[in-house]
Amino acid sequence: MSSVASRRSVLPGFGLSLGFTLAYLGLIVLIPLSAAFIKTSGMTWAEFVAAVASPRLIASYKLSFGISLLAAIVNAFFGGIVAWVLVRYTFPGRRVVDALVDLPFALPTAVAGIALCALYARNGWVGEWLDPIWAGGIKWLSTHVPWIDWAGWLGSKLAYDRPGIFLALTFIGLPFVVRTLQPVLAELEPELEEAAATLGANRWQTMTRVIFPELLPALITGFALAFARGIGEYGSVVFIAGNQPLHSEITPLLIITKLEQYDYRGATAIAVVMLVTSFLLLLLINLLQKWSRRYYRL
Amino acid sequence: MAGPATSLAAKPARSGAGTPRVIRNPLWVRVVFMTLALGFLACFLVLPLAAVFAEALRKGIGAYFHSFADPDVHSAIRLTLLTAAIAVPANLVFGVAAAWCIAKYDFRGKSLLVTLIDLPFAVSPVISGLIYMLIFGLQGWLGPYLGAGDHPWFGEWFNQQDIKIVFAVPGIVLATIFVTFPFVARELIPLMQTQGNDEEYAALTLGATGWQTFWRVTVPNIKWGLFYGVILCNARAMGEFGAVSVVSGKIRGETTTMPLHIEILYNENNSVAAFAVASLLALLALVTLVLKSFIEWRHAQSRPAV
Repeated sequence: MSSVASRRSVLPGFGLSLGFTLAYLGLIVLIPLSAAFIKTSGMTWAEFVAAVASPRLIASYKLSFGISLLAAIVNAFFGGIVAWVLVRYTFPGRRVVDALVDLPFALPTAVAGIALCALYARNGWVGEWLDPIWAGGIKWLSTHVPWIDWAGWLGSKLAYDRPGIFLALTFIGLPFVVRTLQPVLAELEPELEEAAATLGANRWQTMTRVIFPELLPALITGFALAFARGIGEYGSVVFIAGNQPLHSEITPLLIITKLEQYDYRGATAIAVVMLVTSFLLLLLINLLQKWSRRYYRL
Repeated sequence: MAGPATSLAAKPARSGAGTPRVIRNPLWVRVVFMTLALGFLACFLVLPLAAVFAEALRKGIGAYFHSFADPDVHSAIRLTLLTAAIAVPANLVFGVAAAWCIAKYDFRGKSLLVTLIDLPFAVSPVISGLIYMLIFGLQGWLGPYLGAGDHPWFGEWFNQQDIKIVFAVPGIVLATIFVTFPFVARELIPLMQTQGNDEEYAALTLGATGWQTFWRVTVPNIKWGLFYGVILCNARAMGEFGAVSVVSGKIRGETTTMPLHIEILYNENNSVAAFAVASLLALLALVTLVLKSFIEWRHAQSRPAV
């Protein structure tokens, strides 16, 4: 404490800035967030379970989790390649492409939602030819890969159905992976790869046994960030999901549905489940970031 | 969710130009990687962006501009600008204060404070709106006291006021402040931490007051980081959909921001008008990206070469 006091006497404004920070944080974030937990604490356990474990909600958890996971995996793969290309290769327009990666952060989610609808609907630019391919592909998979249950996907459209949720969440999650990997890739010392090459490793061995393990912590962090964002995402998904009960309703949408029925307690109970999930994910992400920071000694 | 991983501090310092030959991938690998990366970006980023403008202009330039003749569109644009004009400065002042106490001093619980500041990024937008309903809504904590009525605790003047927070502009502003809360702070904290306190100490030793030090030494040092945080905060403030849609009540022409008005128009099958309004927000996003790249470029220029 004495070190605090001595520093405070040199540089003024500690009390003012900390006081303002805490007051603003409390009023805007902490008190409103605690309202959700306090509201739910008035419910009995049975009421809470009834509110958060109805079949419609269970279906939405599975959907939100499953598709966020799928989208995050696809983003980890393509995001990894995009980051590699942006850091390692020089090509005309690289700066433009690099700037464009942040588009999902900058483009309002509602705009992204209707744009994806326009593209992937059956009369859209892409949906026009991709939708029949999709339907055929699922049909083929359902006969040739019978050990996976394709029932939820059979006869689905790209837009206004489950695949649309995947498209929206992939769009939203991409920058998280790329922007987490980029600085790590840029800091990767070429000597490491040169040493591997000198010791007789071929390029494939160097890529998989030297570079990939180096990138793994950052890749997992980016994956977790994209996944966490996907679970909470609302704006882009509602336009393209079709929102059929028990089939293509995401969890955030059910909060809205409850609110529209003036069921504040039900809505808050779902919110608490989501908040606890995302705080656990946040904790995991922080641990991952600490691990990767120690790993890279950044 | 735990925040956009985008930041000035995290920008790579060098590009891969001049990679030695032994550690270069064979040509066919490079071609495959380039194709996959650029193809993926084209499908997921360029096409949606192009679709916004194409759909907006589908019935010609006349129909496009006709969409903006609607007074409800005007009021949506005004409300969006008003919301950003309140939310961005509020979070700017907060961000500077938070970065000042976190970067310049050591105190117990600092890392907890940093985590708490990032918290709004971990919360689903829908929940960000919901929590304000729980406080200011009719069934909420303060809701019953806000409307005109006879509350024994308050004076007569207060009881005559019919204060509306949710389903009105104040709720929209509050929800927007919540979702854009961390932007400026998280940009400034690492920046000010790397800059240290030496210049401020020097100014104080030379007789400057605290405020003089802040305005003449600290602010010029952090101005690019400030600007960076502000444009990201602004883009989100103008584009927020989920949180605002919960608290707005969607009263057409009164409590609809631009993203909410897009939803209304789109659900009315008025596709051209919906995409016309969307094209304004897409332009905003493009301007944001250009400014962002410009600041990163300036930042890289001002940094000594590694």
